[in-house]
Amino acid sequence: MYNKSLKELSISLQNRDISSVELSQYFLDRIKHFDGEINSVITLNEDAALLAAEQADKNIQSGKAGLLTGIPLLHKDIFCTQGLRTSCGSKMLDNFIAPYTATAVSQLEQAGAVMLGKTNMDEFAMGSSNETSFYGGVKNPWDLNTVPGGSSGGSAAAVAARLAPLASGTDTGGSIRQPAAFCGITGIKPTYGRVSRYGMIAFASSLDQGGAFAKSAEDAAVMLQAMSGFDEKDSTSVDRPVDDLLDHLGDSIKGLTIGLPKEFFTDDLDNDIREKVEAAVDALKSAGANIKEISLPNINLSVPAYYVVAPAECSANLSRFDGVRFGHRCDSPKDLEDLYKRSRGEGFGDEVKRRIMIGAYVLSAGYYDAYYKKAQQVRRLIREDFAQAFKEVDIIASATAPSVAFSAGEKKDDPVSMYLSDIFTIGVNLAGLPGMSVPCGFVDKKPVGLQLIGNYFEESRLLNVAHQYQQLTDWHLAVPAGYEKEV
Amino acid sequence: MSIQSEDVLKIAHLARLGIQDEQVESYASDLTNIMGLVEQMNQVDTTGIEPMAHPLDQVQRLRPDVVSEKNQREALQKNAPDIQDGLFLVPRVIE
Amino acid sequence: MQWETVIGLEIHAQLATKSKIFSGASTAYGAEPNTQACAVDLGLPGTLPVLNEQAVRFAVKFGLAIGAHIAPYSVFARKNYFYPDLPKGYQTSQFDKPIVGLGQIDIVVDGEIKTIGVTRAHLEEDAGKSLHEDYQGMTGVDLNRAGTPLLEIVSEPDMRSSAEAVAYVKKLHTLVQYLGICDGNMQEGSFRCDVNVSVRPMGQEEFGTRAEIKNLNSFRFIEKAIAHEVERQIDVIESGGKVVQETRLYDSNKDETRSMRSKEEANDYRYFPCPDLLPVEITSELLDDMRDSLPELPAAKKQRFQQQYGLNEYDSDVLTTQRAMANFYEDAVNFADAESKLVANWVMGELSAGLNQHSLTISTSPVSAERLGGLVKRIADQTISGKIAKKVFEFMWGSESSADEIIEREGLMQISDTGELEKIIDQLMADNEAQVEQFRAGKTKVLGFFVGSIMKQTQGKANPQEVNKLLQEKLKE
Repeated sequence: MYNKSLKELSISLQNRDISSVELSQYFLDRIKHFDGEINSVITLNEDAALLAAEQADKNIQSGKAGLLTGIPLLHKDIFCTQGLRTSCGSKMLDNFIAPYTATAVSQLEQAGAVMLGKTNMDEFAMGSSNETSFYGGVKNPWDLNTVPGGSSGGSAAAVAARLAPLASGTDTGGSIRQPAAFCGITGIKPTYGRVSRYGMIAFASSLDQGGAFAKSAEDAAVMLQAMSGFDEKDSTSVDRPVDDLLDHLGDSIKGLTIGLPKEFFTDDLDNDIREKVEAAVDALKSAGANIKEISLPNINLSVPAYYVVAPAECSANLSRFDGVRFGHRCDSPKDLEDLYKRSRGEGFGDEVKRRIMIGAYVLSAGYYDAYYKKAQQVRRLIREDFAQAFKEVDIIASATAPSVAFSAGEKKDDPVSMYLSDIFTIGVNLAGLPGMSVPCGFVDKKPVGLQLIGNYFEESRLLNVAHQYQQLTDWHLAVPAGYEKEV
Repeated sequence: MSIQSEDVLKIAHLARLGIQDEQVESYASDLTNIMGLVEQMNQVDTTGIEPMAHPLDQVQRLRPDVVSEKNQREALQKNAPDIQDGLFLVPRVIE
Repeated sequence: MQWETVIGLEIHAQLATKSKIFSGASTAYGAEPNTQACAVDLGLPGTLPVLNEQAVRFAVKFGLAIGAHIAPYSVFARKNYFYPDLPKGYQTSQFDKPIVGLGQIDIVVDGEIKTIGVTRAHLEEDAGKSLHEDYQGMTGVDLNRAGTPLLEIVSEPDMRSSAEAVAYVKKLHTLVQYLGICDGNMQEGSFRCDVNVSVRPMGQEEFGTRAEIKNLNSFRFIEKAIAHEVERQIDVIESGGKVVQETRLYDSNKDETRSMRSKEEANDYRYFPCPDLLPVEITSELLDDMRDSLPELPAAKKQRFQQQYGLNEYDSDVLTTQRAMANFYEDAVNFADAESKLVANWVMGELSAGLNQHSLTISTSPVSAERLGGLVKRIADQTISGKIAKKVFEFMWGSESSADEIIEREGLMQISDTGELEKIIDQLMADNEAQVEQFRAGKTKVLGFFVGSIMKQTQGKANPQEVNKLLQEKLKE
């Protein structure tokens, strides 16, 4: 049951082989059984989930059901959910219950999906290993000594361990793709503006984008379809119809041109990983795709530019956490400054503080031009590099991450080396392009991810390439040892 | 750009972040390393390049001037740490 | 030493929109605390701003009215600082790309016209209010006002006296109300003023160090605060001290300014473009639309009144200061068959006196423009005399009746019928032969006696011109 595709689950529900209540209970039981060691879920939504499942069963009975009706899923704890705690992985919001629901979550709710709970994450989505969470690190089900990646590590680990068929995530610099790679599952971040950011707690507003984790590209397509769309509550949401993401999954990729950026295949890339990625590219070639080397000349500046833009935006975005209207407040503040400093000092962890400080620094008097403006200029150069590349190719492929999942604690005290684990993913966020990661093999029994990048609003083509690849390979069906058993 | 302890204290104050005295040094060294990474941007000449704030070249959508929100004070103040008579309370502000 | 005062002003005009600049919460004044602060206004996590179209239109309207450059693209920026009445920890404002660029405004002081430069005007959100009454030693924060749209209008340091500053503020105050973009209510804080004041030795080119005086909410306070601040700064310099750049508060009770913060810390607002909002595009459609919607501006209206209605400068000025007054006047002229001067006298005379006496405004006048016009029409066609008209006006004040109805009902029609008047005069002369003799002997003053008697007898209804004419004829016979 746990490894069934979304389509199979949906058919079982339609045929009443199983009810949504049973299916939801099944995955709740898996969470209870396995999550003690993984720590992927922060808050369970058991009672409300079963009520929602009951409603879904009624809808199925009365013939008002879609593909997602009655399908259980998990949401990253960055999405506000009315009535259920939204912590953003932070002590700051340990007691925060949003009085509204994020648009992306409501849309999935409308489609009939059943929310089982909220997943663990790096605090305020700042991290690449899930070790900055107030609720403790998440373990990678493929090797409990390694990290699941981040910041959406809880969602990725949960889907990898088959604790839920689907989970939502957000991606600011690789936070969906890198954990998907580390956990051996499929993850997609759509074009900036495709999924509403309303109710999604902001880290870096011009980079953040919600997306989906699933076992396969096909399942991810179903989930992303439901999450996508224009939202009048988000000024950066794009008012344009959403393509039918399932419609083109059967298309041949014959004649499609796939670009390999030479900057992503240098000596810095682990040789074993390079082999897996090249093998994946060969598979696509065998399916009829043309392969072409391309250049993204400024892509090596994406991490430096990102660590100006993202901290600058976050330094302002996180100012609202001041202990006045919601969130953590220190005990008996002696004056206003004490209230601010202690509430924020106690409520935020080290990495969040580092980024707020970097942001305040690069924006402060005298430094704006040298850092912030410069980063925005570099950002344009990077976007233009991609634009140039997409004149020649339809899809860009690379490794998702320069390594497989690293050990817990390995990079925790070295922010710069942690930041560099996102070197292949960050450029996509700066440009606002859609990108995804699909499993393409194992190195040292740890999953390797193939990153696919599409042109703006070409999620449909992106998902089709991933789907065609998954028709040729079965890496995405692999389940980590110990989690194949029924509970 | 080397970031000194006094810079850390200055920025922490700007951002109203309480940090432990014994952590100041390690923040200074972390921030210095991060700024070292950031300064790799200087490898490229960006003279004349228009700064880019948003990934897509879109313009702001305008909302019709309609009152759509009702009073939800009770629900919105449920998370508030200290309220009285509908007001959020903070330590006395002297002007 | 001779000192020169240099004044620049920042005016915050609350835009008269129904909803807030970035949310759908109401902007109505005076609600219970925090009942008009929605999730967006409170800066709850995950909430996002969407810009109010009307706020943009109002800003453009203002820009066009002062002949300013309207930026085709303007950008919202975040101004970062912590304060309890600033929910997000930053104010969404405009910084290096404001919606309205350089414009200008003419003021008149002592009969001289002076042009004051308007550096810029930008859109921003208002903050909430901190209430310092004692809540167990705490301060209470009400965020109803947070997110109310403001247009911040920044002048050049072009003013050289408090009189000029007040003239400029009054001019802007009139203008924003004329345009219908701000209700101008200074008590409620809809129109607030920060004054930058510095002094320099006469003839020196370089500006002195300025102090900013915050939140002055009446014309009188602006004038007084400037006067005191100038005096203070000169005292400081002349006694060997230095003026420090700081924010000062005007205390209207003590009539003095004092420093707002004991330890003034250097502000570092870390402005940067707001990533939650996109550049605001002003299309040519919107510009055209706003140009068409632009009402006639006070200066142009004043000039037109002089030409079109033959009024003198003073009357035109009085009648065009308020838009509602000007509209009333023009409507009344229309109903009075274009008796423009007479209507002006009535509006500025009887009507204004009545309104003042009853603490009413032109918009709440019990006598409508139509009824006043109808009254003036009857004076002009000599149905009634000016004196009788005042009586009719009193009846109108307390009723809904038209002048014609009142004249008819009360029998106030003027007697202009020569035959009827001659009969009265003949009788009067017969009864008062002594006075007739006096007149004929050259004591023409007794004419007044005859006129008075006739008026008394006709209860004022006799046409005075006709009476005069007939009397002159008959007495000279």
